Amino acid sequence: MSHKPEELLAVTLARLIRARPTRHIAVGAASPIPAAACWLVSKGGSPVRLSLLHKRSGNPFTEGTRELFDLTGQGRIDLFFLGGGQIDGQANLNLIGTGEWPGREVRFPGSFGSAFMYFMAGRTILFREEHSSRVLVDRVAHISAPGVSEPGVFRRGHAQALVTGRCVFGFDPARGRFTLETLHPGETLENIRAETGFDFDVAPSLGETPAPTAEELALLRGPVCDEMMETYPEFCSRVFERKAAA
Amino acid sequence: MTTLEEMAASVPDGALLALPPDNSLPSVALAKALIRRGAKGLRLLGVPVSGFATDLLIGAGCVAEVQTSAVSLGEAGFAPRFSAAVRAGTLKVVDATCPAIHTMLQAAEKGVPFMPLRGLIGSDILANRPDWVVMDSPFGDGERIVALPALSPDVAAFHGVMADSLGNVWVGRRRECATLAHSSRRVLVTVERVMEGNFLEDERLAPGTISGTYIEAVAVAERGAHPVALLDEYGFDANHVAAYARAARTEAGFNEWLAEHVFTQRAAA
Repeated sequence: MSHKPEELLAVTLARLIRARPTRHIAVGAASPIPAAACWLVSKGGSPVRLSLLHKRSGNPFTEGTRELFDLTGQGRIDLFFLGGGQIDGQANLNLIGTGEWPGREVRFPGSFGSAFMYFMAGRTILFREEHSSRVLVDRVAHISAPGVSEPGVFRRGHAQALVTGRCVFGFDPARGRFTLETLHPGETLENIRAETGFDFDVAPSLGETPAPTAEELALLRGPVCDEMMETYPEFCSRVFERKAAA
Repeated sequence: MTTLEEMAASVPDGALLALPPDNSLPSVALAKALIRRGAKGLRLLGVPVSGFATDLLIGAGCVAEVQTSAVSLGEAGFAPRFSAAVRAGTLKVVDATCPAIHTMLQAAEKGVPFMPLRGLIGSDILANRPDWVVMDSPFGDGERIVALPALSPDVAAFHGVMADSLGNVWVGRRRECATLAHSSRRVLVTVERVMEGNFLEDERLAPGTISGTYIEAVAVAERGAHPVALLDEYGFDANHVAAYARAARTEAGFNEWLAEHVFTQRAAA
């Protein structure tokens, strides 16, 4: 069955979610693809609690916006998603900008909660659709949130993986390095090397990112889309070809 | 009760003014009134990030400094006048991360000089914050942790749904506005309407109510959060914000937008 690139990314993220025990996921990024992945896991029958911070109704927190951070500090958030204007080979994230501090060349919006969530969530999946040497750099211009921490600094979790529009990298916090694990259809190792600004290892089992199954596509286009219409109408229309009711 | 324009006049130039972001009851009406009064040198605090109202105030030349964890128009993208001011070097930006701003306000709320927060170590945010201090845990467990100073804004401003006869304000589940009210020296609130009675005597309203103890002034400003959403009262006006984002790409476009949406509003009122 044919599928859109966004659908491949959603099922790929969902597979990474299911790869480890996950009770509670918070999605803070504005990107709808991680949200689709979370709903896919949930609608596929896994009992997981979702706190979708960009949902227009049904905000789960009644103690104010600090409650997400308090929950995460306690270790109650197993998985968070982060991206970055720049991501480097040690999984450092830059949401500040480029040029002299605080981003005199190109200013990104800012770090949001990353300098806390990246340490304190059980784990983080890094997601950035654009895969280019502009985004995936050898060394970020500024560190919003570091990929690894020195001894004596409390850190509960690290990056599990980096998913881009071209491939999936795993991350080993002990070595502070990414390993290329799967290539999306049409990509080659040579192409990934050319488009990536940092050095990485290659899994001996390097293969193609598995395509969505018919069952996954049916869930995405049906019940997942139903849940996402209110928050992401444009995305649902473009990817799932669902029009909002007039 | 006061009027919106009187409220704006009471905010001194140079004040440290705390504003919640677009999902959290900003008073866009008061931001526009501050622009009309020609406020200067404001130091804005995003609680914990900044949105539409902050971009307006920066573009109108009211702001010297912004302390925040991000400035964004959400789905409409980067905040154009913030970005332009950073590029031009005319705005001092003090970067933070969301829970650090909450923690500094919570320290002020408790009346203690500082509170610790995990994370942060290894981030260039910390490297650019001489006011944040890394310390050894005093409990001898070998943990290094960041101590954040208490922060009391000079003025906090937000937009509640309704006030009662006693000056209590109902904000529903947006309890970050309560933390902000508890920690700030002065609290100015715009509301959609004023109701008879006392919200604190109603068991269902009391948990979402901020006591008038903390609130200096209330002014009615109908649709005072627009184009931002206000709880279940009205939704986010995405078309309005997208049109702003397009217009504000240039200073000239921004000034035309101000003339139409900020300076003509008073004439119509």
